[in-house]
Amino acid sequence: MAKDEITKGYTWIGTTPDRPDGLDKVTGRARYGADFSLPNMLHGAVVRSPHAHARIVKIDATKALALTGVKAVVTRADLPTGLTGEDLYLQENTLAGEKALYDGHAVAAVAATTALIAQDAAKLIEVEYEVLPHVTDVDEAMKPDAPVILPGCADHSVPEGSAPNVARYIDFGRGDLDAGFAEADVVRSAHYTTEATHQGYIEPHAAVGQMGADGKGEMWVCTQGQWYIRKMCSAVLGTDPAQLRVTPSEIGGGFGGKTTIFMEPLPLALSKKAGGRPVKMVMTRAEVLRATGPTASASMDVKMGMKKDGTITAARVDFRMQGGPFPGASPVGEALSCAFACYDIPNLGHHGWEVLANRPKCAAYRAPGSPMAAYAVESMVDELCRELGLDPIEVRLKNGVKEGTRASFGPKYKRIGLVETLEAAKAHPNYAVELGPNQGRGVASGFWFNHGGETSVSMAITEDGTAQVSVGTPDIGGSRASIALMAAETLGIPYENVRVNIVETGALGVNEPTHGSRATFASGKAMWEAAQGAIKEMCKRAAQKWDIDPEAVTWKDGAAHPAGENAGKFEPMTIKEIAAEMGKTGGPISGHHESTPSGAGPSFGTHVVDVEVDPETGHTKVLRYLVVQDAGTAIHPAYVEGQYQGGAAQGIGWALNEAYIYGQDGRLQNPIFLDYRMPVASDLPMIDTVIVEVPNPGHPFGVRGVGETGITPPLPALANAIHAATGARLRKLPMNPPAVLAAIRAKG
Amino acid sequence: MSRIHVTANVNGDEVEFLADPRETLLDCLRDHLGLTGSKEGCGTGDCGACSVTLNGRLVSSCLVLGVEAQGAEIATIEGMAKDGDLHPLQRKFVEHAALQCGFCTPGFLVAAKALLERNPDPTETEIRFWLAGNLCRCTGYDKIIRAVQDAAAEMRGAA
Repeated sequence: MAKDEITKGYTWIGTTPDRPDGLDKVTGRARYGADFSLPNMLHGAVVRSPHAHARIVKIDATKALALTGVKAVVTRADLPTGLTGEDLYLQENTLAGEKALYDGHAVAAVAATTALIAQDAAKLIEVEYEVLPHVTDVDEAMKPDAPVILPGCADHSVPEGSAPNVARYIDFGRGDLDAGFAEADVVRSAHYTTEATHQGYIEPHAAVGQMGADGKGEMWVCTQGQWYIRKMCSAVLGTDPAQLRVTPSEIGGGFGGKTTIFMEPLPLALSKKAGGRPVKMVMTRAEVLRATGPTASASMDVKMGMKKDGTITAARVDFRMQGGPFPGASPVGEALSCAFACYDIPNLGHHGWEVLANRPKCAAYRAPGSPMAAYAVESMVDELCRELGLDPIEVRLKNGVKEGTRASFGPKYKRIGLVETLEAAKAHPNYAVELGPNQGRGVASGFWFNHGGETSVSMAITEDGTAQVSVGTPDIGGSRASIALMAAETLGIPYENVRVNIVETGALGVNEPTHGSRATFASGKAMWEAAQGAIKEMCKRAAQKWDIDPEAVTWKDGAAHPAGENAGKFEPMTIKEIAAEMGKTGGPISGHHESTPSGAGPSFGTHVVDVEVDPETGHTKVLRYLVVQDAGTAIHPAYVEGQYQGGAAQGIGWALNEAYIYGQDGRLQNPIFLDYRMPVASDLPMIDTVIVEVPNPGHPFGVRGVGETGITPPLPALANAIHAATGARLRKLPMNPPAVLAAIRAKG
Repeated sequence: MSRIHVTANVNGDEVEFLADPRETLLDCLRDHLGLTGSKEGCGTGDCGACSVTLNGRLVSSCLVLGVEAQGAEIATIEGMAKDGDLHPLQRKFVEHAALQCGFCTPGFLVAAKALLERNPDPTETEIRFWLAGNLCRCTGYDKIIRAVQDAAAEMRGAA
């Protein structure tokens, strides 16, 4: 539960009031993507390729257009040409051009007066395909004779003679690997693989788009970032972003998957073709799984050397990750940078290959790249600890990074909290529970960079002395509450007197999405800066009234005060008094802040899991689970805990069960929730949490983003626990019952 | 396809709508009656976001045809608060931070209410198995289970 003992002299920060949008969300009133409708609205449907790789010979929409109620059909021929780079890939992904590149790739879209007619019409659009050989496996895709997905995809980094589906090669390190391995008492290497998983947000993508012949448009859409939607849709459609106004709905989960576009340009394109009538488009679950952005699948090698005392002397990783059919989507770069981020190792080598495959275009998924890297590296650390008979927490403490350590990916760390998470995990009662037969304990740590990003925030003082804050980062997990708490703290007014609005693209400068664990950090920091502007103006108004220098006025407890004895003796002027007469004293009072803030302090966490493995079935039951993570300062501790628990649950799903399963035909075989089985309530125990607070020097209240790190340690922690329970080491995800049983039997 | 006239009682109100025989009860609630509190997360009965009660029985409204609602009594999330007073479950979900994105919340609330009507004092395991038909991707379920336990305790105390 929320940690009441954390006090820093704050009035509001660290408390757990009801979230401002709570009432709307427990009564069914909150409007999500599919809940929005407009007069005279049409409904859209998409025709998707049933083939993993096929040349599109012909698209014939004659029969569809003849159906009563059908108003428009859009194919790639309706979109502008000449795009390059990521804009071209976004357009290719929105509607296939010459080739369909994966099972589920959109080929055409239709708008009709009802959703049922649109679905019927989609079936009447005839597409002639010439089926091509395909490849979905990352290692197969790296073979020299693999089917070529995008000829000439390689950028300058790729060595000559590489396989044709290698789009990028990354290579960095430090020290002397050979010398480092020679120093070690034990050197081991192993191969690990992970399968693609989906973010699994419960809300399918949905949008209502309207665009006239003049290129002016509006869109209501569930998204993590309305400005990204505006920029990307405009690029794909060849329209002016300033003429597209995008309003975000409430969002039913994203986890990175709603930071980009999939079908979103289509309602706009259909609307334009249908004379400007608004078009609503809602994906089915199968469309979400087949044709939005899951994460990469990975093939990874790790080599590590350790001394008998636990000192890690050298390490090397070789990561190969497919990100779908377009360059730039695979998170291999992030995975390499995260691989050894928890460790201070003098000799390091990192090698990565970004590979194309006939799978959907990857999107971000909570700490993209980091969970796979952690699975490989944290498993290997555990293998070495077991071989040398060392405690896994002690070894991590011995090699763990701290303030001043040069990170494996380059910069020196400022104040960070890895060691504190390890100490707290070691001291937690879960770490001392005695285990029974077939039970085992696993430990792993994890890392995420955290992100600042373009941010624009406004604060306006209301006539009654309350405050409204306009932010551009959609509220996915309680950020309205955290920003309102920080605003209340900054202004010295009650939490209830702050209204936080998530606004449309016309209301603020550009904001990056709610991604990179940045909403509470970046929008919170910008809110604080904006509030300083409003406070300065309020002090000025008081100074005017008192006829003293504005510099002689300070702000505290929601009121302007004379700064000291010399400033003069005046009764404090409250925000309510100042606001009541602001129209007569100089006009509305507000504050703004625009920046790309630096100083998003990195996030570290340590997880401890106990499992029991059924030796008859291979089923792994999670007995208890502990998340320890550094939050910097927990603004609303209950929602911080929620991030820890949710990240852990997603990681548990990835570790034990979730996977994209492709058939020999290249088609996704499990595109519904029955078969893409995410953890349900009966799969999990309560998830224990410890919020460590090592304040981030880069934020006025010490905030570190908390959203992402939590998904990282569960993959290796569970592998380590299963090994402890069974003696079998699983180096391939998911570790589902058949896989665990086979590993137990192979061990003999 | 010609539509069929359906009359039903939803949250105590007599309603009527014209249903295409292919439309689900969820489609009809959302698109014909404007009750968008019930959500479609999967359309295959796996996620529970569309949970409603039909003649007192908990169902996934995406697996019921709209025309099957003829003459039925249906309760949705929109009818859960009475005269502006939240149901204890609704209050406890907010108090316990048992929702993050909130999309699955209406389904969880309807399902949990159906549980507590049958079993006012469920164990943690009983709550977890009853709610296994409702997917939440944000919370890891911990705070949801605690909110249901707390609401159940309060309702028992009040009874």
